[in-house]
Amino acid sequence: MKKILQKTLFFTVIIMLLTNLGAFAQGGFQVGDKAMDFDLKTVEGTTVSMANHPDAKGFLVIFSCNTCPYVVAYEDRMIELHNTYAPKGFPVIAINPNDAKRSPGDSFDNMKKRAKSKNFPFAYAYDETQEITKAYGATNTPQVYLVKKEGNDFIVKYIGAIDNNYQDASAVTKKYVEDAMEAVLTGGSVEEERTKAIGCTIKWRKS
Amino acid sequence: MLLISRALILLSFLFTGVFGTYSPPLEVISFDTFEQMTQKSSDKIKIYNFWATWCAPCVKEMPAFEKVNSEDTSVELLFISLDDGRRPERVTAFIEKRGVKSPVFLLDDVDFNSWINKVSEKWSGAIPATLFVKPNGERIFHEGDLDESELKDIISQLK
Repeated sequence: MKKILQKTLFFTVIIMLLTNLGAFAQGGFQVGDKAMDFDLKTVEGTTVSMANHPDAKGFLVIFSCNTCPYVVAYEDRMIELHNTYAPKGFPVIAINPNDAKRSPGDSFDNMKKRAKSKNFPFAYAYDETQEITKAYGATNTPQVYLVKKEGNDFIVKYIGAIDNNYQDASAVTKKYVEDAMEAVLTGGSVEEERTKAIGCTIKWRKS
Repeated sequence: MLLISRALILLSFLFTGVFGTYSPPLEVISFDTFEQMTQKSSDKIKIYNFWATWCAPCVKEMPAFEKVNSEDTSVELLFISLDDGRRPERVTAFIEKRGVKSPVFLLDDVDFNSWINKVSEKWSGAIPATLFVKPNGERIFHEGDLDESELKDIISQLK
């Protein structure tokens, strides 16, 4: 009995190591992976987690900030996404991953100012330790992770850009997030589940 | 007559204003043109540095790239700006203000997902990023900023 326990423990450790290595090798969560929940302070003075939205069917987690011109170009579309999909059970949670020392414009105080001036209807949270951003494997802002609640898990369904024209919303020909949302809401499969966009690098802390 | 000469003076003023005060001129290119550039044979290691005027780490690393380029005749540096193609004057003003000597091209194609993987599958889309193309056509990609010694290290590995 003891041996079996030891063996189980041994294999569990090996599997955990391998899973972790896999996550590192691929740089964070991939589509199909279980996303990690978080508990981050928001500009409202509260904290936000996926678990504290018991009615939500999922989330549009968007790595965002105050200073990136691409984010600024997309802010109104982020607000629209929230207003469209929050009533359908998928609110936006925006997370700023940038180190305020390296990018003072992305400080928590400046987040509060930005949220107020744009009247963000969604939670705007600060990943001060950057642990959540690392776990997700976000690389630039803005970057969207569409996660769907399945049982007690949050499964990643889409990673990438909002659409294919940051300059002009009316000239967009591919609405990646909306298409993925519609597929998820209707139980279909997401056709384009991973897209890339030029974006601002995440300002990692200098260790 | 007076009107014409005035117009000529104005025109010549405009032309020196636009073409005379910076060097080299900025060329706005499509992704296809960029891809053709990278496929052209060369006896030098071509360095394509992706940047934008608003990108602080990009701007910071540019002088080191220009220094290495001026000291090492086996490399040829080209700056690929990803600034807003509707406002090329932002880039020309930057080139002038900072005295950028290497050629700068503004890659004007916002359908990013259609071409990022063609530059490199490894590229997340974050800038700065740099593509090295060896004379034999081999491509090496680096995402993130580089200082002078890191850049020299990569180049020496490519030789």
